[in-house]
Amino acid sequence: MTGHNRVDHSADHADEFASAPNDVRVLDKSRPRSENMAANKIECNACPVLCQITEGRSGACDRYANVQGILTRVDPLVLLSRINDQSTIEQKDIPPQQQLQHRDLSAASSNTQEVNLTGESAALFVTGVGAGTTYPDYKPAPFMVSSKLNGIDMVTVVTEGIFSYCSFKVKIDTDRYLGPERASIRHRGEEVGHVTTAEYGSQMLSLGGVHHLTGGSKKEGRVTCEMMMVLGNKQAVELEIEGGAKLVVQAGRAPIVDGVEEKHMRVGCGSATIGIFAKQWFGHVDEVVVVDDHITGVLSEHQAGRCLDMPLSGIKMKGRKSTPGRYFQVANPGQGWGGTDIANPLDIIEGFDPEHARPGMRLLMTSTTGEHAAWFVLDEQLHPVPAAMPSAVQKVVERIVENCEPSLASVLFLAGAGGSLRAGVTDNPVWLTNSIKQAITYVSCGGAPAYVWAGGGITVMVDVLRMPDQSFGSVPTPAIVAPIEFTMRFDDYARLGGHLDCVRPLDEVVNAERERSVHWAVDHSHWPLFQKPMLG
Amino acid sequence: MQPQRQQLLDGRWHFHYGPIDLIINADGDANAIERALSACWLRFAQVLPELVEELSVLRQPLRQVHWMASPVARRMVRACWPHRSQFIAPMAAVAGAVADELISFFAAEPAIRRASINNGGDIALHLQAGQVYNVGMVSESDTTKAEPQGSFVIDASMPIRGVATSGWRGRSMSLGIADSVTVLADCAASADAAATMIANAVNVQHMAIQRAPANTLKDDTDLGDLLVTTAVGRLPAALVAQALDDGASYAQRLRGEGVIFAAVLMMQGQRRLVGQTSDQLGIQRRYAA
Repeated sequence: MTGHNRVDHSADHADEFASAPNDVRVLDKSRPRSENMAANKIECNACPVLCQITEGRSGACDRYANVQGILTRVDPLVLLSRINDQSTIEQKDIPPQQQLQHRDLSAASSNTQEVNLTGESAALFVTGVGAGTTYPDYKPAPFMVSSKLNGIDMVTVVTEGIFSYCSFKVKIDTDRYLGPERASIRHRGEEVGHVTTAEYGSQMLSLGGVHHLTGGSKKEGRVTCEMMMVLGNKQAVELEIEGGAKLVVQAGRAPIVDGVEEKHMRVGCGSATIGIFAKQWFGHVDEVVVVDDHITGVLSEHQAGRCLDMPLSGIKMKGRKSTPGRYFQVANPGQGWGGTDIANPLDIIEGFDPEHARPGMRLLMTSTTGEHAAWFVLDEQLHPVPAAMPSAVQKVVERIVENCEPSLASVLFLAGAGGSLRAGVTDNPVWLTNSIKQAITYVSCGGAPAYVWAGGGITVMVDVLRMPDQSFGSVPTPAIVAPIEFTMRFDDYARLGGHLDCVRPLDEVVNAERERSVHWAVDHSHWPLFQKPMLG
Repeated sequence: MQPQRQQLLDGRWHFHYGPIDLIINADGDANAIERALSACWLRFAQVLPELVEELSVLRQPLRQVHWMASPVARRMVRACWPHRSQFIAPMAAVAGAVADELISFFAAEPAIRRASINNGGDIALHLQAGQVYNVGMVSESDTTKAEPQGSFVIDASMPIRGVATSGWRGRSMSLGIADSVTVLADCAASADAAATMIANAVNVQHMAIQRAPANTLKDDTDLGDLLVTTAVGRLPAALVAQALDDGASYAQRLRGEGVIFAAVLMMQGQRRLVGQTSDQLGIQRRYAA
C-alpha cells in the first residue's frame, strides 16, 4: 500500500488510453495448479484450499460458487437501504439548490423542483462491509454495481481495503489535562499512539498507524490492531497516557478520564467566558474570576469590565499576566477547577489591594464549565468569606453550564487507499486519484461520507459513527480491513479505464447475492449516490 | 484472501479463513483471554494451509494409519479411527479437530474459567472445576427462527469437552436421514466423527427420501459417488422410530467402547437418548415427542 509521489497527468487524456491493450490477455484467475482440470471447472483462489468448482456448484466454504463459469461470491452483502415510500423524503434529502450543483442532475431532470427517483434501486447502496478484497492481485474489485438515477448510469466500485497505513484521530472533548503533547499512549502495556495537539475545548489523540502496526514488536502490532478494530467498531477501549491520564474512549460517548466521566466542554476560555457573560453579571457582582487552565479571566480588569466602566476590585492574582484581566498559568494543569489542579479557588488569589478593595465586595469564582462555582464576600480584613450565591448570579452560572456542550469522544478513521486497491478499480490507478480530486468520483466508507485530504494519493478520513456496525476487521499482517466504495457516472468510469466487463446492475447484484440490509439512519450523512467528494 | 477476524457485538470473536468459521467465547481474566486469543489467532492462520498440504490423504477413506504432519490432521485420524470398519475419511472430523487444536490455548491459561470454540456446530469446550456450559439444541437449519428443542448442562466434572451435531440438513452431507444427531464426547473431533457416523446410521428406505451421488453435488468430496440425502419428506412414525433405533444402537455401541459419552438423536418429532439419562444430563424437554 504505497503512495505515489506526484501526479503529472490528468484524466483529460484518459480517452486515448482507456481502451486497454487487447493483445494482453489478463487471466481472470491464476492458471489452475492442476493441468488436467475439467473444462467446466474453475479454480477458486480465495483461500489456500484452491477448490476446483464445477459450474453450478459452490466450493468447500459455500461462500464462492461457479456461476456460469464465473467465480461468484455467495456471502451476504451489506446493503444500505433508505425509506423510499414517499418521494417527499427523497426531496428532503436533496434540497433543490443542491440539485443544481450536481453535475448533469438538473439537466437530466426536466423539473428541478422534483427529484424523480425511479425504481427501488435508488434506495439501495451496496457497501464494502464484508465485500472481501482481491488484494494483492491486480484483479477487479469484488463488486462493480451499476444503478440508474434520473436516467444517468452510475457505477459504484465496492471493495474492502486492507490498510497498513491507517490510524484513528480521536478528539476528546475535555478541559482536563490528559498528558503532555507527544506523550505515548499505551493499551495493554503496548505503545499504540500518542497525544497530539490540544484544540479548542478538546485534546486530540492519534491512535494506531503503520509504525505501531508493523514497525514495532509483534506484540505491539497485534495489540495496536486489536485496539483499532475495537475503536472502529464503536466499542470502548482503555488507554493510558504516559505521564498523564487513564482514559476510556468510545466513539460518540463521553470520555472517561481517570475513572470520571466527562460531562461538558467548557463554554470558552476564562477570558472568553468573561466577555460572553459580563453584561449579565453587571450590577450583581464586584468581581468575577473565571478559572481556566489556559487563560483565567478577571472581570474588573478585563476589556469587558472596562467597557462596563466597572471599578477595579484590587484583586491580586497568581500566575502570569497576559493582557489586562487575562492570566496564564494561575495553577498547574489537573483535574480540579477549569482543568487546573485547584480544589480551593482562593488558592489562585494572592490578596486584595486595599487601595481598591473594600469590605463587602462581592466576588464570584467559577470554572469555564460552571461545574464549579463559589460566591464570596470580603470581610473587614478584605478576606473573601464564602456566602450563599444570589439567585441572579446563580442563573448566569447555570447559563454557563447550559452553553457547555456534552463532552464526547469522536473517532475518525484515517486511511490511504494504495496502489493495489486502486488497480482493482481502474487500469491506471492515478486516474482514479485524479477523478476524485476533480470531483468526478465520490468516496465513501461503508456508505459514510469520506473526507479526502488535499495533496497526492487517496487519503480519506471518515467518522466511524456514520459507518455500519462492525465495519472493521483485521488480517494477520497485522492490518486493518475496512470498507471503501467509489461512486461515479458510468461514462466517467469508462473514461477512467474501469473494469467495465465486471459491472453488474444493482438489481442483479441484489437478486443474485445473499444480502443483509442495514437501514440508512444516520442523520446528516449524504446518500452516497450523486454526491461530490468532500475534498480537502 | 487472508484469515480475518472480528469481535461480535456481544464480545465473542469470529475468526474466518476460507471454509473455516469459528465463534470463540471465553470467560475469565481479561489479560489471560487476550493472551489466549492472540496465540489462537496466530495458530489459526496456520491451520488451513497445513491441512491443504495433506488434503488429498485426508479425503481418502481411512483404512490404514497414515503418518500426518499436521497436528490437526493427526487429531482427525485419531477421531475417525474407531469407525474405520465402515466408510469414513478423516475429513469427517475436520471441524471438531480444528476446534480442539485451538481450544488448547484457552485451556493453557489457568485464569480462564471457561471457553468454547464453535466451528459450525462442532464445539470444543474448556471448563475449569466448578464451571458449567449450557448447550441448546436446534434441529432446524435456520437457527434464527428455531426454538431450542432442548438444552443440556455440561459441568466440568463430566468427561465432556466436545459437542458436535450432524444431520442431512447441515452444511456437510449425510448418508442418513436424521434431523440432527448431537454427540457429547471427550473432545470435539471425536464428537464430530461419531455424530457423522451415527447420523449416517439413522436410515431407512422410503419414497419420500431423495438421494444423489455426493460427487454430483459437490466437487472433491470425500464421499465419492455414495448416495447422500438431499430431501426427506414426511415419513410414517414407525419408520422414523426404526431409523432412530438403528442410529441409537450404533451410538450405544460407541458408548460401550468409550468413544462417546452420550448422544441425542432427533427426527420428525421423535428422539432417542443414548448414554446418560435425561436427568443426569439435565436435558429439559421443550417439545412434545
